[in-house]
Amino acid sequence: MSGPDRRLGSWRLGPVDQIPVGEGRAFAVGDEQVAVFRPRGGGLQALQAICPHRGGPLADGLIDQVQVVCPLHNHAFRLVDGQCTTGEWTVAAYQVAVEDGEVVVRLAR
Amino acid sequence: MRKLVVVGNGMAGARAVEEILTRGGGEMFRITMFGDEPHGNYNRILLSELLAGGPNPGTGPDGELLNEDLFLNPRQWYRDNGITLHAGVRVVRVDRFARRVYADDGSITRYDKLVLATGSRSFFPPMEGLWLDNKTLTPGVFGFRTLHDTMAMGRYARGKQRAAVIGGGLLGLEAARGLQAHGLAAHVVHAADGLMNQQLDAQGGRVLRRSLERLGITVHTGTRTTAIRRATEGAVIGVTFTDGSTLDVDMVVVTAGIRPNIGLAMVSGLETQRGIVVDDQLRSVDDDDIYAVGECVQHRGEVYGLVAPLWEQATVLADHITGADPTAAYHGSRLATKLKVAGVDVAAMGLKEPERPDDEFVQFSEPSRGVYQTVIIRDGMLVGATLLGDVSKAASLTQAFDRRVPLPEERIRLLFDLGAPASQVGAAELDDEAQVCNCNGVSKGELVACVRDGQRTVGGVMGATRAGKGCGSCKGLVAEIVEAALGGDLETDPAEAYYVPCIPMDKAALMAEIRHRGLRSPSAVFAALAQDGAEHAGSKMALTSLLRMMWGEQYIDERDSRFINDRVHANIQRDGTFSVVPQIAGGVTTPAQLRRIADVAERYNIPMVKLTGGQRIDLLGVRKEDLPGVWADLDMPSGHAYGKSFRTVKTCVGSDFCRFGLGDSTQLGIDIEQRYKGLESPAKMKLAVSGCPRNCAESYVKDVGIVAVEGGRWEIYVGGAAGATVRKGDLLATVDSRDEAVTLTGRFMQYYRENAKWLQRCYDFVPRIGLAELRAIVVEDRDGIAGQLDEAMQHSVDSYRDPWQEHRQPATEGQFRDALPLVELPKVPVR
Repeated sequence: MSGPDRRLGSWRLGPVDQIPVGEGRAFAVGDEQVAVFRPRGGGLQALQAICPHRGGPLADGLIDQVQVVCPLHNHAFRLVDGQCTTGEWTVAAYQVAVEDGEVVVRLAR
Repeated sequence: MRKLVVVGNGMAGARAVEEILTRGGGEMFRITMFGDEPHGNYNRILLSELLAGGPNPGTGPDGELLNEDLFLNPRQWYRDNGITLHAGVRVVRVDRFARRVYADDGSITRYDKLVLATGSRSFFPPMEGLWLDNKTLTPGVFGFRTLHDTMAMGRYARGKQRAAVIGGGLLGLEAARGLQAHGLAAHVVHAADGLMNQQLDAQGGRVLRRSLERLGITVHTGTRTTAIRRATEGAVIGVTFTDGSTLDVDMVVVTAGIRPNIGLAMVSGLETQRGIVVDDQLRSVDDDDIYAVGECVQHRGEVYGLVAPLWEQATVLADHITGADPTAAYHGSRLATKLKVAGVDVAAMGLKEPERPDDEFVQFSEPSRGVYQTVIIRDGMLVGATLLGDVSKAASLTQAFDRRVPLPEERIRLLFDLGAPASQVGAAELDDEAQVCNCNGVSKGELVACVRDGQRTVGGVMGATRAGKGCGSCKGLVAEIVEAALGGDLETDPAEAYYVPCIPMDKAALMAEIRHRGLRSPSAVFAALAQDGAEHAGSKMALTSLLRMMWGEQYIDERDSRFINDRVHANIQRDGTFSVVPQIAGGVTTPAQLRRIADVAERYNIPMVKLTGGQRIDLLGVRKEDLPGVWADLDMPSGHAYGKSFRTVKTCVGSDFCRFGLGDSTQLGIDIEQRYKGLESPAKMKLAVSGCPRNCAESYVKDVGIVAVEGGRWEIYVGGAAGATVRKGDLLATVDSRDEAVTLTGRFMQYYRENAKWLQRCYDFVPRIGLAELRAIVVEDRDGIAGQLDEAMQHSVDSYRDPWQEHRQPATEGQFRDALPLVELPKVPVR
């Protein structure tokens, strides 16, 4: 289900229904692990899947319109740019969209 | 690699190098240090103590003096950090254009950056007979500056009767006290009228004089020494004063001040006045590659002789020279010092006397106790304070002085508590380095810095520093420190009363509103009650728990508002795997269950099988996608070891087997667990039932603990703890039957569920409400709500479903899908 290009470029990750509304799911995209979130307010957001603090799985975190909270130690990251609001970290943020009902992530930063 | 040369191995030079090393300077520079004195670096401040018979330096393998307290950095430290130390070598000239330093051992050392930390030396005022020749003091005359001075004084004092100390400042008084300890009668001769006139006003000087005289020190003030009298063979036999009078003494210590060592800077063509003139980056104003630090420095016209400014300078120097913070700037130091001089406590900061007509001056004097205190206030700010004899207020005054916080209207409160609790002083007097939050490693200094950066509430500081966000046991201390740091400027954060951060209501108001509007899902609550109707991740877990408690099976479930543990009914571990704890009610299992657990552990390669403190079996390191299979194969109900909920009931073997058992604690524990299993609550609830007061199930330290007592009765304790907090539970009631025990346990838990703040454990809730009040409500039914509580609890019990049945049909798409698809889990090998 992963797309054509290698490291960079667009990757099709399959139907958007894999991600329940208000939750996140993680995808292996080439060598990267990407957490894709589907906030209740609509749209998708994608971040690096691993919390830089202690390696927590961000896809398992609680989200709202603006942030995801890591389930291990409650560090929060902004969905729009990956900036941590509780510490000095940043996680990569990726462009993500729904095309023909499928999740498409762009790895170019 | 660039070369850094440091001239001076005293407290300033070594501290600057330490700061440079902590900023990665060890990789940037090859460091060479020159020290005039022939040893490693020591704490000059402790020389007084050494003289008074304190630390006793021994000698190490390479002949260096060893003393753990006195020496700051042993030679090994220099070796470990790749620093070349030339101890006992004096630098005589710097060639700034060739960038070389010339030393008196003939060596020439090239540098890219140079740090001058040449310190200062004793000042010897002109006196006849002081010098034997150009360089040698008359035998029996000493300065009091170096370790060598101190050791020599101690040796010379042996068998001597009387000493004169010339100069009644801090150092002179310390010298006098030290010589007293060596058995000499000490005379302090001071030119000014008041002792320690740098720090104290005239009246303070007089109070100090009385205290010293009580200690047996003779004080001569307003008197200059004009000559040192020598015996024919050359040694000191006395001193002569301005009025022609004389005093016979065996030794003389000159402590008439210090002078910065600026000779090297002068001959090297650097601007010097009283000290080496530096800019805000501690660089010589003539040469960007030459820094200076410590007592030899003159910054904005000030020369400092205390240790605190030196630390501040070293930090800025290191930030700048390493590039760690190129914008670092030193703006001068506000002087606040607290010390013990000759056994008398002294704290002084800022002005010692009022200077302007409208300066406020508060003065307290009690000479018979040796206490003298003043504060000077200008424009509502503390600009000076002196404390002599009683320095208990030094910490809070220093805070007021440093931070320029508003002062109490009644100024006297700065000096006296007037009935206020003294506990704040404890928090205030903690070291800045003291770790307050041991979970997240937050020091007092960081909390205080956070307040300085503008946080005005306890919650705000906790949010910004994460202090108190681990186990929470330090919250009280954090609050105390924040309050002290704010100095009465604390703003109460109304949000602290909110049940969830994004809805401005306390729990009772929130519940009333939810009920009134019939809000049965988290999203409905956010939409109706949150600011801007926006949902908030940090509020979801608490809200979900509350709604489930209130509505039971009428609650409209929204999986995304659950914490991950409650989405997958297992406890997330550090590597993203989960722990699985099946229900083993009361800690009683069977061979068949054990076989099944063993089979599952093998089948799923479970890394660790562990007995828990709650008498259950924990399967640790289970991958998320294995959870449904593990549950199906276990074929046991969930033990709920993952939620903010009713967890477990620990029991002892009770009356069936135990020789001492008074009641069937095992069965009662099983019944309670079966009835109340999994109930969501503000925080977890761990229970126990013991069959006799020997308390083998540890009932006294549980959220609710039950103990069988003689006569078929049961004691019910609430609010015990044996985790981050240790607290013995309070006896809520003693009941006559096991049914009453079950009912009363449930009623108490329901009252707790409805009234406790989110994450507030019973051990905080019970003292908050008060035992008497709890008894009145829960046991005596003063308010007539016992029936409602029992009914609400029954409703919750009736709506219970075992969540592990979800293995048949996942609740959401990808409920058990791995959240770290490329990470090989579990990370912990199978034991």
